[in-house]
Amino acid sequence: MKRIQTIETRDLQKSTVEGGCGECQTSCQSACKTSCGVANQQCEKCLNEE
Amino acid sequence: MIHQYKLNGYNIVLDVFSGSVHAVDDVAYDIISMFKDYNTENIIESITSKYPDVTDEDVKECVSDIKELEENGKLFTEDKYADLAFVFKKKNTVIKALCLHIAHTCNLNCEYCFASQGKYHGERALMSLEVGKRAIDFLIENSGTRRNLEVDFFGGEPLMNFEVVRGIVEYARSIEKEKGKNFRFTLTTNGVLVDDEVIDFANKECHNVVLSLDGRKEIHDNLRKTINGNGSYDIIVPKFQHFVERRGNKNYYIRGTFTHNNTDFTNDIFHMADLGFTELSMEPVVCAPDDPYALTEEDLPVLYEQYEILAKEMLKREKEGKPITFYHYMIDLTSGPCIYKRISGCGSGCEYFAVTPWGDLYPCHQFVGDENYLMGDIWKGIVNKEKQDEFKLCNAYARPECKDCWAKLFCSGGCAANAYHATGSINGIYEYGCKLFKKRIECAVMMQVDKSLNK
Repeated sequence: MKRIQTIETRDLQKSTVEGGCGECQTSCQSACKTSCGVANQQCEKCLNEE
Repeated sequence: MIHQYKLNGYNIVLDVFSGSVHAVDDVAYDIISMFKDYNTENIIESITSKYPDVTDEDVKECVSDIKELEENGKLFTEDKYADLAFVFKKKNTVIKALCLHIAHTCNLNCEYCFASQGKYHGERALMSLEVGKRAIDFLIENSGTRRNLEVDFFGGEPLMNFEVVRGIVEYARSIEKEKGKNFRFTLTTNGVLVDDEVIDFANKECHNVVLSLDGRKEIHDNLRKTINGNGSYDIIVPKFQHFVERRGNKNYYIRGTFTHNNTDFTNDIFHMADLGFTELSMEPVVCAPDDPYALTEEDLPVLYEQYEILAKEMLKREKEGKPITFYHYMIDLTSGPCIYKRISGCGSGCEYFAVTPWGDLYPCHQFVGDENYLMGDIWKGIVNKEKQDEFKLCNAYARPECKDCWAKLFCSGGCAANAYHATGSINGIYEYGCKLFKKRIECAVMMQVDKSLNK
């Protein structure tokens, strides 16, 4: 595409099927403790696959 | 839903419900913004009059590309997760993380402490080893098939009760294999009592350590004072440097708080980097609006600019081979959280609890001391089912204010404690926090775009 570059991302719709194992870190545990962000946490399954 | 913004020379289009990110030129940026409200003829007319070099064919080609992305689920994707959020969280009943309040006392007297000098508005107290061990058993008993369990040693200052920390870890390690669990411990400390013994222990046993430092000496010393009223910077910085030097590749964060007194907080982050630290976190202060150091509406534009300065400087440092990490800019677009994680909320009151020194359970550390939120204890378990149900319903789709927000799959609805303190309800929103959060996500995504395009 001439004017649009798509960055590689995880397909969130597909993750409805493959996700939900719950092994990932609890959101603000071990870090900020005063705000909630989930985007900066890694998927445990993806980590293991790497 | 899409979110479009321009930052650091990039035109970025986020497709909220697929998680797709596109970097586009000015023409495509304008066409995408018109795409849903105008027909192709209108778009051609508008674009060719604004960009004289662009032909009708150019516009048609771009429109066709946008249609292709839409068909492939990468643009204008519809929201199919709303029902999922309530169903998923309701059936999820395991606990996987505890914040152990090892010591409700502190050897510093930080003015802005949400735990009110470590005491959480109550009496000074230390957790006994017996309570700590029971908390570990409680976590195992309630963790179902989850293997990875997190335990954070928190306070007050947990090193004021270090022997108990050590005893709890020893106990958990002694039973984790037979129970099929993997404990990940985190120690959060102000550094005053850090010595070689603590360092050896933490580097062997702790998955992460969080070391509190606010940045420049005058900033740090202004609010993080010893009981005698002196600054603590000179006491802790050499200890933290020694700690991190010996930590090798294991996780740590130097974690600061910024306030109205240092809205130029990037200077504090860069100061941390100058001290040799690379894993950094800096949080906006959470306090009452009438506190003298509370952040104000007038501070907002300054803070937005600061976040942009930080993002650009981090990209520069990375290109120069001396990268630093900022907790809130850590976004992994390819291996980040699945949709269930993104819609479930932070986990407080459901999969995450705080344990007081005497074994009471609260939805998270920020609710400790508020009797309305006493959930039960580590012997009887959760008895306040009504409150637990409130937390079970608290997710990215629980708040009307989040309905049209593009960032909800990044924050999952935000911090329940901040919402409660700002509005009186865990289903409210802490709007100031939302504004800063959105700015941080814009910066973080921009950095990923930059890295991806300049590979």
